[in-house]
Amino acid sequence: MKNSSLWTDAFYRLTRNRAAMFGGFILILLIICAAAAPAIAPYSYSYQDLNLGASPPSSDHLLGTDVLGRDLLSRILYGARISLLVGFVATGVALVIGVSWGIIAGYFGGRIDSIMMRIVDVLYGLPFIIFIILLMVIFGRNLWLLFGAIGAVEWLTMARIVRGQVIGLKNQEFVLAAKAMGVSNFSMFRRHLLPNILGPIAVYATLTIPQVMLLEGFLSFLGLGIQPPMSSWGTLIKDGVESMEEYSWLLVYPGITFTVTLFALNFFGDGLRDALDPKTSDN
Amino acid sequence: MISIFFKRIFLAIPVLFAVASITFFLIKLAPGGPFDADRAVSPQVLKNLNEAYNLDASNWEQYLDYMSGLLKGDLGPSFRFPGRSVSEMISTGLPVTFELAFYAILIALIMGVISGVIAALKRNTYLDFIPMAIAMIGICVPTFLMGPLLVLIFGINLEILPVSGWGQLPGDKILPSLTLGFAYAAYIARLSRGGMLEILNQDFIRTARAKGLTESMVVIKHAMQGGLIPVVSFLGPAIAGLLAGSFVVETIFQIPGLGRFYVEAAFNRDYTMILGTTIFFSAMIVFFNLLSDLAALWLNPRSRDSS
Repeated sequence: MKNSSLWTDAFYRLTRNRAAMFGGFILILLIICAAAAPAIAPYSYSYQDLNLGASPPSSDHLLGTDVLGRDLLSRILYGARISLLVGFVATGVALVIGVSWGIIAGYFGGRIDSIMMRIVDVLYGLPFIIFIILLMVIFGRNLWLLFGAIGAVEWLTMARIVRGQVIGLKNQEFVLAAKAMGVSNFSMFRRHLLPNILGPIAVYATLTIPQVMLLEGFLSFLGLGIQPPMSSWGTLIKDGVESMEEYSWLLVYPGITFTVTLFALNFFGDGLRDALDPKTSDN
Repeated sequence: MISIFFKRIFLAIPVLFAVASITFFLIKLAPGGPFDADRAVSPQVLKNLNEAYNLDASNWEQYLDYMSGLLKGDLGPSFRFPGRSVSEMISTGLPVTFELAFYAILIALIMGVISGVIAALKRNTYLDFIPMAIAMIGICVPTFLMGPLLVLIFGINLEILPVSGWGQLPGDKILPSLTLGFAYAAYIARLSRGGMLEILNQDFIRTARAKGLTESMVVIKHAMQGGLIPVVSFLGPAIAGLLAGSFVVETIFQIPGLGRFYVEAAFNRDYTMILGTTIFFSAMIVFFNLLSDLAALWLNPRSRDSS
């Protein structure tokens, strides 16, 4: 029952951290808005009111319309679906690769460990942004490739963290006991190691999501990410920049949404880290 | 120390070789040739073009050809700009990107280290909270948003700085350098604050104070040397990030640097240019990582003595 008390403890600490709770609240709100976008968005993301063109915020269009007469609020809501989806799915990909890599390297140790971690060291030193761009150019700009490419880049730190944790665990009695009882490697990972390193994994995953979203925004901004008529927040910012001289609201509102989301994720991630690991919360 | 240096160099060579090979064959997978673009060319012309660029040889021959050129520093001709070589384009873009990156790093170091060190010394006062809040903003506002916002404020509304260009109008280097530098200033501020806090609690700092050194002497001579090691180790990976940042900043401000060439090459499917710049960027990043690791090792007395 020690496990559950760690989590209830952490949850208690988390609820007392106001910045983290605020971040968590914003995130939940955003996820609900994104999921319910078709129901709550006032217009479709591709509906054009050609008579309107770009118009400033009004009672009909709360955040105004873009150059093609599309409602900006609706586009931000639909954009949230893509941006959050990329954030979560690509982080998931990174999680699966990083955790498996780290557990295997840490648990087996020796030569396997040094080869696997040397690979991580080498990959760390390479310009991955360029490889993502390369992949997008060669294989076309499709959403699933984007998930995979970003995920394939972000797993390195996760692998290092997990490996460190596993090395700390693998000589403890309960692992030795399990080994003596002849537990298979796979159930050793799943039943004995994984539950004990969930904390650091959760923290790092939360902090990876904003990085992934930044990366997606960056690619979309350069025109190499999400393609029209789909829109993520990155593409909305890109469109906003193109017309910011006359229609500044097209840059400002998507920009605010994106920034607030990143703030929320960072605050929540920091709060989670402090809650799960009170030792480091001091600095 | 020297043995570490050579070990790292020997590791870097096969890595760069692998990068070059993988990139080469990835690009061969790309659909469409470089010449089947906008205007249809007659089969005869296409054949001649392919012959001129050695594209009708087998992949393997082309690969060997390219790699032997690479050893001599020849990255081949650009497919989109006939008559210009990739090496030539890199050498025109590189000084501009270097200058931009240099100013950005300078701004980041000055702003970041000063505010981080002060924040650590004045812990839990407003001199700590305000810079750290600004640093959080710097981390959460991406470059591709920060740049346009600065343009909107200083270029369009206040009309005090040029909105684009590089070296053509007075002051047109300020906004790009600030845009690129700000995010790094934020990271460096957080790193130097953390590093300094750790060092300031150590015994040797107490000793230095006890023997009557002035506070500024303690901070500058004793604490900063160790406290800034995280910042130095960060600089290597930061170069990779600066590169990505330069793609965005050079696009926003229409700066004719390497980053913009790369993005344009990606759009134009100028495969030789993409290949050449990818190899070049990788070499640069591997080199700077090596440099910053060595600097961090050298700053840390423990690892300096042991090797």
